[in-house]
Amino acid sequence: MLLSEIKEILNATVLWGEEHLDREVVSACGSDFMSDVLAYVKNQPVLLTGLVNPQVIRTADMMEMCCIIFVRGKVPSQDMINLAKDRDIVIMTCPKRMYEACGLLYYNGLRGNCDGND
Amino acid sequence: METIKLVYPVEGGDLIEAGEASSKMKLTLKKLGLPQDVIRRASICMYEGEINMVIHADGGEAQVEVDSDQILIRMIDSGPGIPNVQQAMQEGFSTADSTARELGFGAGMGLPNMKRYSDEMTIDTVVGTGTTVTVKIKIPQ
Repeated sequence: MLLSEIKEILNATVLWGEEHLDREVVSACGSDFMSDVLAYVKNQPVLLTGLVNPQVIRTADMMEMCCIIFVRGKVPSQDMINLAKDRDIVIMTCPKRMYEACGLLYYNGLRGNCDGND
Repeated sequence: METIKLVYPVEGGDLIEAGEASSKMKLTLKKLGLPQDVIRRASICMYEGEINMVIHADGGEAQVEVDSDQILIRMIDSGPGIPNVQQAMQEGFSTADSTARELGFGAGMGLPNMKRYSDEMTIDTVVGTGTTVTVKIKIPQ
C-alpha cells in the first residue's frame, strides 16, 4: 500500500513528507507504548500512535520506520516534526481513534506482518 | 577491520532528549557499511540502555567497540545499582516513575529487550556504586 493511499483511507493530514507519499509499505503496527514497539515490532514500517513526544520519533528511527501516523487528531510539536524530517520519517495526523484507524488499514489490505504469538 | 572505539556521554535527567547517543552510533554504523539487521539490533540495545540510564542513573557513558566480528556496547553508569538482577530481567518488572511511563517507557522491557536483540549480555552491578550492562552483537561473516 502506498503512503498516499493510507492518507486517503484515514483522511489524514501530512505534516511532513508530502513528497514521499509514493513510498510503498506492506505492514504496520499500532501502539502507545514505545517499549512494546521496541520489543515486538518486526519490519513494520508504519507506526500508528496516540503518544506525542520526541521519543516516538526516536523509537521509529531505531526501528527503521518510514511513517508515523498520530491518531485522535494529535499534532506533534514543530521540534518533533523537525526531528522526523532529519530522520526522513513521514508524519501524518488523522482524526480517527486508534482502533478504527488500524481497522480501516487492515480492512484495506495493510496487515500486521506478525502471527500474534510473539 | 581495525577495532573502532566510540564513546558517547549520556546526559541524565532529560528523558525528552534521550536517544541522541544511539542515533549517532547508528549513523556511524551505517557509514561503516554494516548489515542492516546488525545495525538495527545494536541501535535498539543502546537505545534501551540509554533510556535506562536516564531514568534510573542520572546518565553515564556508552562505550562502543566495532571490529570485523562483533559490536560490543558497554553502558556504564554510577547510579544506584540493581538490587535484584533476576527480578530486573523479568518482562514487566519496572521501578520507573510516571514521567517515564508518560513517554511510553517504564514497561519493564528495557533489559529484556537488550537481551532479546543481543547475542550475549552481562550485567555487572553494585548497589550504591553503579551498573555496567555489556551487550555483544555478532556480525555475520
